[in-house]
Amino acid sequence: MSEPMPPFELSRPQTVGQAVKALNALPEGRLIAGGTDLIANMRRGLVESKNLIDISAIAELHEMEFGKDGLRIGAGVTLREICNDMRIRADYPAIAQASDGVAGPGHRAAATIGGNLCQDTRCIYYNQSHWWRKSNGFCLKFKGDICHVAPTGRRCRAAFSGDLAPALIVHGTNIQIAGPGGTRRVAIAELYNEDGSDYLRLAPDEIIIAVHLPAFNPMAPVVSAYEKVRMRGAIDYPLAGVAVSCRRSNTGEAELQIAVTGTNSAPFLLKNVSPFNAGDGLDNYLADLSKLIQKQVSPQRTTTAAAHYRRLTAAAVAQRLARKLLLESSSG
Amino acid sequence: MKRLIRLEINGRKHEDAVADNLLLVDYLREAKKLTGTKKGCDGGECGACTVLIDGVARPSCITLAATCDGHKIETIEGQAKNGRLSALQRSFHENLGTQCGFCTPGMIMAAEALLRQNPEPNEDAIRSALGGNLCRCTGYVKIIKSVRAAAGAKT
Repeated sequence: MSEPMPPFELSRPQTVGQAVKALNALPEGRLIAGGTDLIANMRRGLVESKNLIDISAIAELHEMEFGKDGLRIGAGVTLREICNDMRIRADYPAIAQASDGVAGPGHRAAATIGGNLCQDTRCIYYNQSHWWRKSNGFCLKFKGDICHVAPTGRRCRAAFSGDLAPALIVHGTNIQIAGPGGTRRVAIAELYNEDGSDYLRLAPDEIIIAVHLPAFNPMAPVVSAYEKVRMRGAIDYPLAGVAVSCRRSNTGEAELQIAVTGTNSAPFLLKNVSPFNAGDGLDNYLADLSKLIQKQVSPQRTTTAAAHYRRLTAAAVAQRLARKLLLESSSG
Repeated sequence: MKRLIRLEINGRKHEDAVADNLLLVDYLREAKKLTGTKKGCDGGECGACTVLIDGVARPSCITLAATCDGHKIETIEGQAKNGRLSALQRSFHENLGTQCGFCTPGMIMAAEALLRQNPEPNEDAIRSALGGNLCRCTGYVKIIKSVRAAAGAKT
């Protein structure tokens, strides 16, 4: 990886309005915040843009605010700030743990929550040098007409590998997006498509400006956790990453939300997770949960680890976290 | 396009015209001749290019020089003061934390950021702070020992 940085013009807007205007005027323009994903991809020739719009100087994107309605995290808040924030660690632990699991400390000091949500999907046939990809005839995600992972398929199977999204999903997060017509809010799951080459439902001139988390309710606390499995202990993407949240009702029933990253082209909330009742027996419940998750994830040959291993991994991590949270919430 | 940036490097003010696509590591090594900062993977994966930006360790190979306008940069060259090695430099030397030496500037800058924030780190904290820095010689044991010894020397 020593291809030179391609030439581009950098603009540095000071407000969200200026950034939207710049994107609108430059349809091929790309946003850069921390740059930890984009710069590496540009040097591999995966991103070809003559215009970068640096949003790191926009003050309002760096604001974080705990209010009555919940927590608002500006899209430019860094992962380092998130995992060091004691309130996030206490009230939304999965989000702090997911931030802490991203890359290495130097990356987390630069990388932003908005950038992590938009992080490019990954595949062993895509995250390679230009000559490697060219000699392989490129691929569906970039300049090619075949997916080397699923050659008979018609869509890109690259895996979404951001760590923050599942943690935000299980906390019921909304995303605030700014565009030429003003701002809009969507549930985070609606931000993504199950398509590796078209994974974001954002218009070319839209910017994620903040994430909104519901207020922590001490009367009905939600406990949560995130864990990822990766090849090495730092600077690595998840082979599978799982976030789980758990809320106990007055009757003792526990409602679990489980979201997964790293296995599909979009992060997603697991469907049909039944609530846990102590009478069900924890081991039986977790065995059913394992079957459910194995049925819903669809890892492909996008990493050096086998797809089946990642399927089992997702199930094992979900079981481990669910067990921990159910035991924690019952003792609390 | 070029733009004017004003920044502080190792305590001295600098003003330079830099291309928009110039990476911080290339600016330091080529324009400022501060070749102590190493280029390893050149893609943010090995930590050899780690420098401090406003006191925080960051990989300079995935940082644009243009975005460092107004910031304070510290490199390995700024660590020794008046010809005296810093506590970390001395400790790496005395504890054999350096073998081939290529990762050492990045290791020392990452460790420097840690010790400023946490002067008495335990081994987990050291491992975590150096999580973004690869070494192919030492097996890390002597590096961790060096950081611990430097922390002891500082406190």
